Amino acid sequence: MAMGAGLGLKAQHYDAALACDAPGLWFEVHPENYMVAGGPRLAWLEAIRTRHPVSLHGVGLSLGADAPPDPHHLHRLAELDRRIQPALVSEHLAWSAWQGAYHPDLLPIPRSTEALERVAENIDRVQVALGRRISIENPTHYLPVPGAQWSEVDFLGELVRRTGCGLLLDVNNVHVSALNLGFESGEYLDAFPLRHVTEIHLAGHSTDPLLGPRLLIDSHDAPVDSAVWSLFERTLARTGPRPSLIERDGNVPDFAELLAECHRAAEMLCRSAMTAEVHA
Amino acid sequence: MNARPPGSLARFQDRIARALLGEIDSDLTPDEAAVVHHPAFAVYRNGVMKSAIDALQASCPAVVRLVGEDWFRAAAAVHVRASPPRCPVLVEYGADFADFLACFEPAAELPYLPDVARLDRMWTEAHIGEDAVTLDAACIVAASPEQLAQMVLRPHPCARWGWFPTAPIYSLWSRNRAGEDAPDEFDWIGEGVLIGRPTQDVRWQPLDQAGCAFLDRCAAGEALASATGAALDIDPHADLAVLMSKLLAAGAFSALDLETLSGGVSP
Repeated sequence: MAMGAGLGLKAQHYDAALACDAPGLWFEVHPENYMVAGGPRLAWLEAIRTRHPVSLHGVGLSLGADAPPDPHHLHRLAELDRRIQPALVSEHLAWSAWQGAYHPDLLPIPRSTEALERVAENIDRVQVALGRRISIENPTHYLPVPGAQWSEVDFLGELVRRTGCGLLLDVNNVHVSALNLGFESGEYLDAFPLRHVTEIHLAGHSTDPLLGPRLLIDSHDAPVDSAVWSLFERTLARTGPRPSLIERDGNVPDFAELLAECHRAAEMLCRSAMTAEVHA
Repeated sequence: MNARPPGSLARFQDRIARALLGEIDSDLTPDEAAVVHHPAFAVYRNGVMKSAIDALQASCPAVVRLVGEDWFRAAAAVHVRASPPRCPVLVEYGADFADFLACFEPAAELPYLPDVARLDRMWTEAHIGEDAVTLDAACIVAASPEQLAQMVLRPHPCARWGWFPTAPIYSLWSRNRAGEDAPDEFDWIGEGVLIGRPTQDVRWQPLDQAGCAFLDRCAAGEALASATGAALDIDPHADLAVLMSKLLAAGAFSALDLETLSGGVSP
């Protein structure tokens, strides 16, 4: 099954997702929601897996923490990986677990050489435990973290070079971060090591309730913004088609509405197959 | 740019982790201070809190319906600060939320609230518990009275039960879990509950004190003779046949393993 445009799987859409036969459709889940001993969650995911490719997109490995990934959590991820046989596995360039506490968000790291070595070591551990390559997603930035010795694209490229990992390019994160930190999203994309991109994310964002349009929030609670569609098109022009996902976590509409966004992405993937420069 | 000294990443994470919970260290480096005092740091502080509260709210629908969303989220925020999540699998978070409510001063007027939270928790444990085949009633029917007395029945891994002597916890919980309105008058008597997931859907029903005592003995690995004794101690008039068929129909027991079957029941 070739992966075209996919959707984040929501519990309320299981039946429609299972029945849908859109060509190239695939689904992504957070593995943390399925690290359970048994029950309907696993049964649903296994049923979906019989019809569609599935991607495990982790939020809990805390690869950016100055500590190895929690062995118990890594074991549970490996178990789920073995059970579901996902087409893709990905994680974030962020941290969330620290000293026995779990802070449920994707927290920023300083892009120091020290951090690079730690993240590379952590990616290695995960890839060994799973026996497969994983991909790392570019983060959303809300504020500048001092202490950077590397640009983000160089940091990600160096992780690829050291570990053989792939990259998950979230073009909404690029747009949101560019506005929040004041850089040029097009320049970021032009420098991004696109040949290592195994998956692209698209999502909606919102403005901060207090700071207004000066601060965009990666809230996944709205349709994909036109500026983000443009970045997607710009990326595809160089990469050609790559598995691409619509993420939606808040104000979740009915399945048909999400599928319409997914179709738009699928059409752009088709066009890019015919016109992409593919020199990335 | 200057190289950072080794170990500065760990230090950075110590400081940020504390700042997320509102504890700002007095000796922050300029780099750390730039992060912690940035107006947008609130995005992380609020995001961490919101995710943990959302997880508790999703696990406690009956409690939320009883107290309202605003009250619940305010109480949950106090709990999150005292006992933040320890694991990324957030469906498991909140094991001690009922105990927190029992000591939470503003909840003192609702003495039944902690037990309603316990039933919400039991539902979650049944929902995500291990799948297992339930005991076939035929295995019991085929046994002689002597064999039955010695038989050890294991509660199903998704079975949860409890007796609550001071309030109609089952009625309160089940009505609110199902989104039904409470009747004008409750019989304010103790109630027990049996929650289970014999296949994919979580099911629940009331269970009397004798039935709860029976299952407690089974869970302790004791034989049916001991379990029936415990039930009769509670209620000398308990109808054990009715209790047994109720528990079997509810899928409260795991299937017997072959050793137990061959040793305990003649074909």
